[in-house]
Amino acid sequence: MTTADTSIVTSGRDYSAPPLVGFGTFVAFLLAIEAVIRIGWLNRFIVPPPTDIIASFGRLFTEEHILYRFFFTAGECFIAGVMVTIVGIAVGVVMQRYSLLQRACETWVAAFASAPLVLTYPLFMVIFGRNAWTIIMMGFLSALPPVILKTIEGISGTRKVLVNVGRSFKLTATQQFWKILFPAALPTIFVGIRLGLIFALINVVGTEFLINFGGLGQLINDLAERYDLAGTYAAICFVILVSVLFFMGLEKAERWLRPVA
Amino acid sequence: MAETSRLSQTAAASRGISPVTLLRIAIILAVLAAWEFLAHSGWLYRDVVPSLLSIGRAMSTLLTDRNYYFNLGVTAAEIGVALAIGGSAGLVVGLILGANRFLSRAFEPYLYYLGPTPKIIFFPVMIMWFGVGPESKVALGTLSCFFPVALNVAAGMRQIDKVLIRVGHSFRASTWQMVQKIYLPAMRHPIINGIRLGFGFALIGTLLAETKLSNKGIGFLIIQTYSIFDMPAMYAMLIVLFVLAIAANALIGKLGGLDSIKRN
Repeated sequence: MTTADTSIVTSGRDYSAPPLVGFGTFVAFLLAIEAVIRIGWLNRFIVPPPTDIIASFGRLFTEEHILYRFFFTAGECFIAGVMVTIVGIAVGVVMQRYSLLQRACETWVAAFASAPLVLTYPLFMVIFGRNAWTIIMMGFLSALPPVILKTIEGISGTRKVLVNVGRSFKLTATQQFWKILFPAALPTIFVGIRLGLIFALINVVGTEFLINFGGLGQLINDLAERYDLAGTYAAICFVILVSVLFFMGLEKAERWLRPVA
Repeated sequence: MAETSRLSQTAAASRGISPVTLLRIAIILAVLAAWEFLAHSGWLYRDVVPSLLSIGRAMSTLLTDRNYYFNLGVTAAEIGVALAIGGSAGLVVGLILGANRFLSRAFEPYLYYLGPTPKIIFFPVMIMWFGVGPESKVALGTLSCFFPVALNVAAGMRQIDKVLIRVGHSFRASTWQMVQKIYLPAMRHPIINGIRLGFGFALIGTLLAETKLSNKGIGFLIIQTYSIFDMPAMYAMLIVLFVLAIAANALIGKLGGLDSIKRN
């Protein structure tokens, strides 16, 4: 907590006021949209009333099997996450271990991160076909650069004193890695994994939508093609909700892993 | 000490190619050789991994094709407009949220959590609102680039040296003068960083929208090569696109002086 934050806490101001104002504004906005549509100023065949969107949530569960689709997408993200954790950390460790390799390739990995990798999805459709592997590979590829870069950063940033303690105990290189370097680098590596998983989720849902296959992304595409507007908006809201909960969970896990200062 | 090592590295470089460059060349050659071997091995379906020669031929055809430059112009214009609208909106919202702690605590969490959601899922909504033409692609690009710019500007605003702000107030500067003379110059790096991120997201949003539904633009050309299974052309387009994207990203950083920031 910064000094500024502390001063606000100690000044005894009402801390719940800003979030309430934020939420209140959001609700007022929805009510205004509802009113504007009912008056007829906004075409309900372009923007469905918020009440219709809320009402169609039930239909998504009973008719569209959104829970099954959610688990399908979650499964793809999980496989991409496991792959990226194993490959990303391994590549990062090898690059950090050989400094020449790191100096030669680190800028390439950073450039790889800024390239629009998701546009290679037609290429993966040719290689793997229109199936879950194309989606998983898109998630995996986009998540790889942050995990590699943060693994290098984490291991390189291990405090010298810890490494020296390991040396004084005459640890082997393997013991040094598993008992000193890896545990010390874990919080930074997890930052990379968190970023990677966010990119993976974005690309998995995006690719599902684009190739019309899989879970939540395909559902949005299906509903839009059927011109089920309320359902489309409800499915988009559901994806946003899932994404927000996912990011919150990852943040909590990261805070749990971060060493106490 | 650091100066000495830099001098010795320069001296080594002047004697010949550095080991890093040699390794880079070796890696590139190994990858190209592996690619060519795979192309002729017959392990994959024909043309999934085309030979380097056919990719080179496709690239030279692409770079001399006027139609390609027309589509590149369409995509560049869409991205430019998206960046202008989304970047300006993000700048204004970021300035407001960064300047007011109450508004920041009320609304910034919404931006923070909506920022990393997949924007392409909003494309059906954009088609409904703006039609199937370039407008819906611009709208998706705008939406994609708004969030990183707004969040970076708000964070940058909070990091401005309080002394500078006090100096502005002591000169009785108006709000507009404060923005012009204090806030914007002090926030050059966060703004450029936000625009750089915003550019990346606008590029992805616009191109993905083009691959989904359009009749012009680079995204349309890429998906067209997929539908007629012209793999060498697809590889050529992706390579050119990646080079352009990375170069544009680096150029924005260079123009904004991001490479001049001292890192400890």
